Amino acid sequence: MSQFAHDLEALTVLIAEDGAADRLLLATIVRKQGHQVLTAENGEQAVALFAQQRPSLVLLDALMPVMDGFEAARQIKALAGEALVPIIFLTSLSEEHALVRCLEAGGDDFLAKPYSPVILAAKIKAMDRLRRLQATVLEQRDQIARHHNHLLNEQRVAKAVFDQVAHAGCLSASNIRYLQSPYALFNGDLLLAAFTPAGDMHVLLGDFTGHGLPAAVGAMPLAEVFYGMTAKGYGLAETLREMNAKLKRILPVGMFCCALLLNLSFQRRVVEVWNGGMPDGYLLPAGGGEPLPLISRHLPLGVLAPERFNDTTEVLPLALGERLFLLSDGVVDTSDEHDQLFGVERLRRVLSANRQPALLFEEVLQALEQFRGRSRDDVSLLDIEVVEPQVLSPPPVIYSDSGQSSPLDWSLQFEFRAETLKRFNPLPYLLQLLQEIHGLRAQGGALHSVLTELYSNALEHGVLGLDSALKRDAQGFAAYYQVRNERLQALCDGFIRVSLRVEPDRQGGRLIIEVEDSGQGFNVSKVLARSVSEQGLCGRGLNLVRRLSRRAEWADEGRRACVEFAWEALA
Amino acid sequence: MSDSHIDREVLSDLQEVMEDGYLQLLETFLEDSEKRLSQLHEAKSADELAHAAHSFKGSSSNMGAVALAELCRQLEDRVNQGPLQGIEDLINQIDREYSAVRALYRAECQRVSSE
Repeated sequence: MSQFAHDLEALTVLIAEDGAADRLLLATIVRKQGHQVLTAENGEQAVALFAQQRPSLVLLDALMPVMDGFEAARQIKALAGEALVPIIFLTSLSEEHALVRCLEAGGDDFLAKPYSPVILAAKIKAMDRLRRLQATVLEQRDQIARHHNHLLNEQRVAKAVFDQVAHAGCLSASNIRYLQSPYALFNGDLLLAAFTPAGDMHVLLGDFTGHGLPAAVGAMPLAEVFYGMTAKGYGLAETLREMNAKLKRILPVGMFCCALLLNLSFQRRVVEVWNGGMPDGYLLPAGGGEPLPLISRHLPLGVLAPERFNDTTEVLPLALGERLFLLSDGVVDTSDEHDQLFGVERLRRVLSANRQPALLFEEVLQALEQFRGRSRDDVSLLDIEVVEPQVLSPPPVIYSDSGQSSPLDWSLQFEFRAETLKRFNPLPYLLQLLQEIHGLRAQGGALHSVLTELYSNALEHGVLGLDSALKRDAQGFAAYYQVRNERLQALCDGFIRVSLRVEPDRQGGRLIIEVEDSGQGFNVSKVLARSVSEQGLCGRGLNLVRRLSRRAEWADEGRRACVEFAWEALA
Repeated sequence: MSDSHIDREVLSDLQEVMEDGYLQLLETFLEDSEKRLSQLHEAKSADELAHAAHSFKGSSSNMGAVALAELCRQLEDRVNQGPLQGIEDLINQIDREYSAVRALYRAECQRVSSE
């Protein structure tokens, strides 16, 4: 509405005045200014008229019979509630204390006799402005309250939906401890964990830029990719590439997600680490001592275009009883009243001093509290212990098909050549295919582990010619994976052939897997003859394959592995 | 008409504001004033007297009866602050001033009706 229309808008004005002549004069003046007029002869009438007609402005004589103006003003203000109904006292009162009484009773202004139409018009206008201002403030306050409730409700819904997605994971596994505010999602903090089909554990601790819903929206697609790809058997590298590409595509510029991902293999006792922008995580030695930092070597997810994204992970050997400790920036970036940061050094001292793993979180929180003297709600902590694989029981994969159409007599062969080996992981596709065989589903984990092992042996020792003896200690381990990445990038020839053969066998059936590579082969009898302790970190693969499958043989001087799985008739 | 009783400018402003209601305003004022005068005479307490003086002061000031309004103000002040001696005299003065003023307003009524 224009200012002009505002000026002209007619108000309903209540005039309460004891003297008939004054009342008549005032009513005429106000009416001539374009307003509607209600008149009362005393306070009681004025209050009754107000309750009935709700005028927007009241002109009130102070001294009236029956009920005076002071009492009438109090009652009218009470009836008006939060709305501002301006009251102008009509008075020739000259004593200070009488004017004070008018204000105390709720009067907003005075009009002295004799009346001046010009001054009265100006006062009505000023009071109307005030009244509108108050109405606008109330309206906006209510609007803010509505928006706030709406926002809270949206957050509740978003959190409920997200919890459904996030609970698909294995944060409740017996070797995981974590601490996170229930509303961490709206601080942009994200914690996900899931078992791969082979029984490995993928973990993600992430931190989106920003706060509130904007920080939470990205969590949904990220969790979907994480769980979806982990369940299908994809490795960390493919999952990372997909997550980065997805976030890059959907998030606005300037919004991204710092993340630390782990792939823990309890079978092979190794952990794969990728840290993009998160504070250092730590590998804590079993008996206490210096923690090994898991340093950020990458930009966060959602920053780089897919072709520039670096999915290189670090691989570290693990020992029983060691622990991985991850944390959000709420810990190290906590500042005290002098803006000094808690920092990495204080954290490391707490980690080194820890003797009882179960008390670590409490010790960290205590150190934070002592440092700044108040608690903060954006601290996420995660602690994963390295345990025997059988301690963990990955939930069975749930299949949605009936099994009636399960194919039982077929074979196929793939040959993956250099360009493909560089950038493509065929395992999820092969495993997906094998899941169609119902009889094999009970051995799904073993099948995944064996196929993964055979493929990485063929790639690393075969095609890339890496010597597993390098992996005899932790330093060699790091060197091994560095050389692996270098050789893989430089690869221009070589192949891996995978052949799968499925045959019916009485009531059940069997699967024969052959994996052949273009490498130099190895002395099979010598490697298999090594004692377990001699094999150490490097020989675990072959033993694992032999333990998990029904039959495992190596032919062609180790260049071809042949492994058999079998199943009985299904009940 | 003597200017010591009535402010002529106020009257012409009132006529301008009231237009056709001017005559009614004059008549209403005269009726109102009779009521105020009897309240002055019949007041049973200082409060009642002060209240009547206050109201009469207000309406006569609105009507431009400046001398009457001034007498009412003196009466109100005297009742509120004392001394109470001479109050009777003040009320009598108001009576006399009102008689004079009433004649002037009646003449004004005549003038307006004949227009």
